[in-house]
Amino acid sequence: MITVLFFAGLREALGASSETLALPDGVTTVSALRDHLAARGDRWTALASARNLRAAVNQDMVPLTTAIKDGDEVAFFPPVTGG
Amino acid sequence: MKSSVSVQEADFDLSAEVRALTAGEFSAGAVASFVGLVRDNNDGTSVADMTLEHYPGMTEKALHEIVAKAAERWELLGARVIHRVGHLLPGEQIVLVVVASAHRGNAFAACEFIMDYLKTQAPFWKKESTEQGSRWVDARDSDDAALEKWRDEIGL
Repeated sequence: MITVLFFAGLREALGASSETLALPDGVTTVSALRDHLAARGDRWTALASARNLRAAVNQDMVPLTTAIKDGDEVAFFPPVTGG
Repeated sequence: MKSSVSVQEADFDLSAEVRALTAGEFSAGAVASFVGLVRDNNDGTSVADMTLEHYPGMTEKALHEIVAKAAERWELLGARVIHRVGHLLPGEQIVLVVVASAHRGNAFAACEFIMDYLKTQAPFWKKESTEQGSRWVDARDSDDAALEKWRDEIGL
């Protein structure tokens, strides 16, 4: 199982803040997970159209090409705006 | 090195934080601090209030890593970072960075570095309320540019 989290404007667009799911067959990277979720259609296409989508794996910000494995916590979010 | 980070709804007191950071640290000859405030306007629109969202767990981890990077690069005696979340009004304090070192050069540089890094690497998101409704704040290219400057300067 993996945990997927969504934050800020993306969380609102998806209408979801977190989800636990079995790592789908063939999904080995963050970007593949994004494509898998976006393929659900409807509001999930926001993941595909998001400008400058950022991601974290196990709470480290990473490029979308990063590999993921069972047990990981993966987060998707817009560019950060703190400070 | 004494260092701590906090993510909290409560306000903070700069003087109290400086005193706590330097208490008993008599080799510290310099303290540099930065306090960020909530502005009442952004991109030409007036802002009534703001809500800050963050990624609990990752936020604290990212702030610790930013402080650790600063401590690798500059000789520091102490660092304190506080970032507020939740509902904030214009004029309220939102972020604090305090750095102590033997001499001012390291304190000034590390304080600016921590702020620049925080702006692009710590998972906070601002949502503003304006007369036209509420909107998520867009990231600024100038923040990425500030980080690039450090990457060029200190090879991060």
